[in-house]
Amino acid sequence: MSNIPDELQYTKSHEWVRHNEDGTVSVGITDHAQDLLGDMVYVELPEPGRQLGAGDECVVVESVKAASDVYSPLSGEVVDVNDAVVDSPELVNQDPYGEGWLFRLQPREDGAGEELLGAGEYQELLESGD
Amino acid sequence: MTLRTALHEQHVALGGRMVDFAGWQMPLHYSSQIGEHHQVRRAAGMFDVSHMMIVDLEGARCREFLRYLLANDVGERPRPGRATYSCMLNEQGGVIDDLIVYDMGEDGFRMVVNAATRDKDLAWIDLHADFFGVSVRARVDLAMIAVQGPAAREAVLRAVADRVPSLPDLRPFHALAGDGLFVARTGYTGEDGFELILPGEQAAPLWRLLLRAGVKPCGLGARDTLRLEAGLNLYGSDMDETTTPLECGLAWTVAWDPPQREFLGRGALEAQRDIGPPRKLVGLVLEQRGVLRGGQRVICSGVAEEGRVTSGSFSPTLERAIALARLPAAADGACQVEIRGRLLPAVVVEPPFVRKGKSCL
Repeated sequence: MSNIPDELQYTKSHEWVRHNEDGTVSVGITDHAQDLLGDMVYVELPEPGRQLGAGDECVVVESVKAASDVYSPLSGEVVDVNDAVVDSPELVNQDPYGEGWLFRLQPREDGAGEELLGAGEYQELLESGD
Repeated sequence: MTLRTALHEQHVALGGRMVDFAGWQMPLHYSSQIGEHHQVRRAAGMFDVSHMMIVDLEGARCREFLRYLLANDVGERPRPGRATYSCMLNEQGGVIDDLIVYDMGEDGFRMVVNAATRDKDLAWIDLHADFFGVSVRARVDLAMIAVQGPAAREAVLRAVADRVPSLPDLRPFHALAGDGLFVARTGYTGEDGFELILPGEQAAPLWRLLLRAGVKPCGLGARDTLRLEAGLNLYGSDMDETTTPLECGLAWTVAWDPPQREFLGRGALEAQRDIGPPRKLVGLVLEQRGVLRGGQRVICSGVAEEGRVTSGSFSPTLERAIALARLPAAADGACQVEIRGRLLPAVVVEPPFVRKGKSCL
């Protein structure tokens, strides 16, 4: 059974979003996604300062099996990236919602986001067999 | 329809992630694929390879037939137990399949060919066997377990010693049969190991015996990274009917002597040998982070023609990306691989990358 924390929001493409107190959001891939991809061996992160639109390809994660794009769940500016996953891609497998986070975004105030899902809705999406 | 091996229930019980492979439901991995890879390099792992096709050949002219069918030579005289790795070529010298054939002495020969090519292989073998009066029997009743790694020998001895008393004397690249169990000291990982062939209904008990002897189950994912590190070709990726053995690093498997041995594809192969093959298969090591994958373009310095990665992955032993690639014959030294629109530097090396657990770089 895949772990889906209640306090996070999700996308249909298996990213998670955490709303931080400073107004930024942290983004990563879900436990389900890391489990599907298997052992992570390479992560390519966006440059800080890059402007992203919702749905833009912004991260590449590669497992020993396959390469996969990660899409930005919201529009905004990349303010921070997790360099630790570049050196240790396995963090994405070991702790997808914690140390395996990928980047932080300052959302654009007027920016329209992808439609984010709550934990229950994401659970339903997985059960409906993506 | 997907086929299931005799060990299907074992895979499911062990949490195997089942995928379709050449029409068979096979485990890709059970837990961490990289963990399974290290298990084979450092101790012992086992793979269900029952999807591979076992073909038994019998008949008075069996040896003569194989000396015509295969580019490598099983030899004029019987060498019971001896394994021979060979390509089976078409008339143009293209590789129909690669295989291992075991000399079973008076009982004929046993051949193990790839699962994905079974139908065309059988058709080709049948086509030529007829003339030699050789009977060809596909042994769908048999299962096959590969036990590989530095601790494989000890575990296999413990599990089957009572059934095969002379097993301790079995040398690498040889096989012996006893009590319904065929044991070959061969494999596809670059480690010492054994391939065990036995009736399907006996496979699960042996699998459990090996588990108890400390052998961990490993999936096709680890099998692929292990064979890549060992510099062993994968049929369909690194070679096919459009490539000759000379273009896929397998010139060493072509037995040119004796010159009077007429094998299928010999004429075309000799012609290519004399003018020099236009392409070659090499190893690549990526100099920076990234992952090499089959299909990526390779740009070689000073050579107009491009090359291509035929199979690539992340090497768990070396912790960097490695690949086999087909390059123009003139390519030498440095090259660049295109990954997502960027050209990354790679070094050309001679495979293997890893042998018996140690880096060859």
